Amino acid sequence: MGVRLAADEGFKPPSTADFNLPPVFGDNPFTTKPVFLAFLSVILISTFFILSARKASIVPSKLQFAGESVYGFVRNDLARDVIGHEFMRFVPYLFTLFTFILTNNLFGIIPFLQFPTMSRVSFPYVLALFTFVIFHYVAIKHKGLMPYLKEIMFMPGVPKPVYVLLTPIEVATYFIVRPLTLSLRLFANMFAGHLLLLVFILGGEHLLQGVVGLKLVSPFAFAFGIALTFFEFMVQCLQAYIFTLLTALYIAGALADEH
Amino acid sequence: MVRGSFSNWVAGEGANPLIPHTAELIVGFVAFTLLFLVLRAKVVPLFEKAFAERTDAIAGGIERAEKAQREAEVALQKYTLQLKDAQGEAQKIREDARVQGAAIIEDLRAKAVEEAARISAAATAAIQAERQQAITSLRNEVGALATELAGKIVGEALDDQVRQSRIVDRFIADLEKSK
Repeated sequence: MGVRLAADEGFKPPSTADFNLPPVFGDNPFTTKPVFLAFLSVILISTFFILSARKASIVPSKLQFAGESVYGFVRNDLARDVIGHEFMRFVPYLFTLFTFILTNNLFGIIPFLQFPTMSRVSFPYVLALFTFVIFHYVAIKHKGLMPYLKEIMFMPGVPKPVYVLLTPIEVATYFIVRPLTLSLRLFANMFAGHLLLLVFILGGEHLLQGVVGLKLVSPFAFAFGIALTFFEFMVQCLQAYIFTLLTALYIAGALADEH
Repeated sequence: MVRGSFSNWVAGEGANPLIPHTAELIVGFVAFTLLFLVLRAKVVPLFEKAFAERTDAIAGGIERAEKAQREAEVALQKYTLQLKDAQGEAQKIREDARVQGAAIIEDLRAKAVEEAARISAAATAAIQAERQQAITSLRNEVGALATELAGKIVGEALDDQVRQSRIVDRFIADLEKSK
């Protein structure tokens, strides 16, 4: 990332361009770093959980315990507590969602990988689309298409004139705001976090190439970059949690009988 | 933000980071679906099985413990009841023994009193009989003696039966009177 930064050319602050990584092989758009990272995450997650679940027994091994802790967290604290008695149907999806987002987020601070896949907006879009389709599908199957639309557009127990205001808001909430905020929240957090790290690390690097006075300042930039890395770790975990939690909440709303 | 030097490698897709890339959309879809299928098939069922077994083991253990406790309680109740019974029985036996003892003593006392009365009555009767006998024999002997003595003293033959008898009777009457 810092390659294009030459000492004589003056400091160019990192920008959105730093997220558009060129393909590794020729012009093939399927060979970019985010693509590799996405597949790498699939391999890592699958391997880890298959190994930890393979010999799952009553008294868990250390590996099983590690895998189970993550699985149990999604299953019990997210799916069961939020969705209620029908939660088991959605556990595989929520579990995949959480591990996929978390791993790809963590790529942002893992040495050598150091790129959060979710800072490419396409991935959050896809995930939000999955959630969007699932919670609408569940609601339509549970309530029927017309009653569901009616519930969205004409929330029961509200005076009629209020619908003028409420109906557009509700429709927008269910069909535009929810998927959009879901994906953009994740994307923006990862994007901004990565940009922030770039500013401090590349900035520190640039300072190191300057005059003696600037060299002395450079360690502070690096130190701040490291501190922000820890902060990023927190944000990355939090965003994976929020995305999964909101998905569970939307599904729970789709299964709820009344508003 | 957008600089001229920026290498925009996908034609038609600008630097706006909100515009998705087709390739990445496809990759995201494929990768996520793949991961979902793998986790659903190979991970979730195994973890669920382990969870169920663990729940079973714990619940089974609790159930067994509860059963053992119930059994212990029943046994305790039984033994307490038995102990109470035994205590009651012992009390009863003691009471019976006391009553019986008292009855026996009473009985013995009554018998002794009776025996004493019998002995006393028999003795009284014997004494009475002997006394009667003694009186009778005494009367005869004293009569004969006195008659003989009187005959000797008076010197007259008191052969006359009537007189003799009258004299004896008077003598005895005198004797009894002086007694």
